[in-house]
Amino acid sequence: MDPFLLEALLNGVLLGGVFALPALGLNLVFGVVDVVWLCYAELVMIGMYAVWFLYTQAGWPLPLAFAACLPVVAGLGLALHWLVVRPLLTAPPINQVLATGGVLFVLQGAATLVFKTDFRSLGVDMPPMELGDVFISGTKLIAFCAALIGAACLWAFLKFTYVGTAIRAIARDREVMPLMGVDPRRIYLIASGVGGTLAGLAACLLVVQLDVHPFVGLSFGPITFMICVMGGLGNMLGGFIAAFLMGLIISIGGFYGSTELSYVIAFGFFILMMFIRPQGLFAR
Amino acid sequence: MSRPIPFAIALVALALIPLFGPPDYVLHLLITATLTAIAGTGWAMMGRFGLVSFGHGAFFGAGAYTMALLWNHLGVSPWLGIPAGIIVAVIAGAMLGLPCFRLRVVGHYFALVTLAAGEIVRLLVTAMREETGGSLGMTPNRVPLDHGFWAMQFSKAGFWWLVLACWVLALAVWWLLERSMSSKALAAIAEDEDAAASIGIRVTREKLKVTMLSVALAALAGALTAQYRMYLSPESMSGLGLSLHIVFGAIAGGMYAPLGPTIGAVLTIGLDESLRVFFGTELTGAAPFFYGILLVMFMLFLPRGIAGLMERKG
Repeated sequence: MDPFLLEALLNGVLLGGVFALPALGLNLVFGVVDVVWLCYAELVMIGMYAVWFLYTQAGWPLPLAFAACLPVVAGLGLALHWLVVRPLLTAPPINQVLATGGVLFVLQGAATLVFKTDFRSLGVDMPPMELGDVFISGTKLIAFCAALIGAACLWAFLKFTYVGTAIRAIARDREVMPLMGVDPRRIYLIASGVGGTLAGLAACLLVVQLDVHPFVGLSFGPITFMICVMGGLGNMLGGFIAAFLMGLIISIGGFYGSTELSYVIAFGFFILMMFIRPQGLFAR
Repeated sequence: MSRPIPFAIALVALALIPLFGPPDYVLHLLITATLTAIAGTGWAMMGRFGLVSFGHGAFFGAGAYTMALLWNHLGVSPWLGIPAGIIVAVIAGAMLGLPCFRLRVVGHYFALVTLAAGEIVRLLVTAMREETGGSLGMTPNRVPLDHGFWAMQFSKAGFWWLVLACWVLALAVWWLLERSMSSKALAAIAEDEDAAASIGIRVTREKLKVTMLSVALAALAGALTAQYRMYLSPESMSGLGLSLHIVFGAIAGGMYAPLGPTIGAVLTIGLDESLRVFFGTELTGAAPFFYGILLVMFMLFLPRGIAGLMERKG
């Protein structure tokens, strides 16, 4: 096999791992609260700035900056839910989506005001690893492993804890669960917090690979929504597979054509999937 | 437009503005606001029936780039290029809308499909860099000023009249739709699609009709904007950012009243400019920051927009 194609395939898998994490977080919020956070990628962007600021400006060690990033973004997620989403829970879906779209502008504007439009880089890089004829970026590999661990933690949380069970149950049937003694408002808040934490984790993984700028969210936000919906709401495994599929499409498309065309194929694939399987690729 | 005489007087007054020799800056603001109003009016025609599109930037761009490419590469006048751009956008809208409506992609899912479509147009424009200049953008070829008419390159006053005429056209389309059975059918569909279908409303057809009208207005606004600015770039002519801007104007003004999106457009441009005057160009982030806060506030406290305030009185 052509080593370059093999490299593209591997990169696709690694890319998918990075997409998977924000898509899972979005999936959790969308599935449980039933509101699309249009500004999800911007939460990730703020997290990336937090890491960048703490590491390069405040001089914190990198692991500590990562650790601080998680509660910051989780707090943002909670604030978003408390201030914007909760008052709109009974409003029509358009109003909810547009309000979170407003938050997207707020976060982009705030980032531009504070950090200007310059591209900020963390300046950490690791030597590429050599596997046979193939070179793999070390940072991408570590990010991929971290994404897998994060996803596994989420899975365990949802599967084995009482709150996790309640979250899954409310995603399944939001009318009956309150009758069973689950307070949906509390579950919504918890899901928003967990969704924010995942955005924070995604920020840690992305900041080592991408330069941060106020509009960086627009580069991976749309694809995250597509993956989340394609995987099927409340279907974590489906979301994961969809992320790998999209990663592969983009990577292999980029290998044969150009980056833009590979994204065009990915978005086209999403539209097609919405027509064929609107409940998600792996709906039961 | 329920009161035609005051409307006609206001229109004549607006058309007479250039004769008083206003500063270019004032005309520039008026033209920009009116262009935004045309796109917003188009968006609101769908939005008020629950068809929320996050892809209107795509049709805006499709109109603009079709026109500009025809002019630069084949020398086709914008007078023909704009209708061509509208046709391209309407075909694209129908190709996207037909399967969406037939397969009942609604609500969040419709919004996300249109979002993907908007991104596709932005990426295609960027990818075709040989023709479109990619992310660097492109400028329509200029002609000497005395040949300006054929090339649709006017002074500011000329543009103002053209844009004003197109705005009236947009309002007329809104008004005709409002009076037609389609708007009743669409209102029923927005309430309950199954119930509407059960009383014999052709759901797919009605939705497709309003989508094509809405998209046509977005393409018209896009082509005129490109022609006015004499500059096109994928970021300013398509993509999610632009789509959200169109949506913001329509929402802030109110999407249920014919003049709502226009009020919203005046508000957005006024806000833009006053922020620029107060904060200077260094604080580029101030405008989106305040937009965002306003958009959230509108959704929380005034979901029917500014025009919604007047509804209650009347």
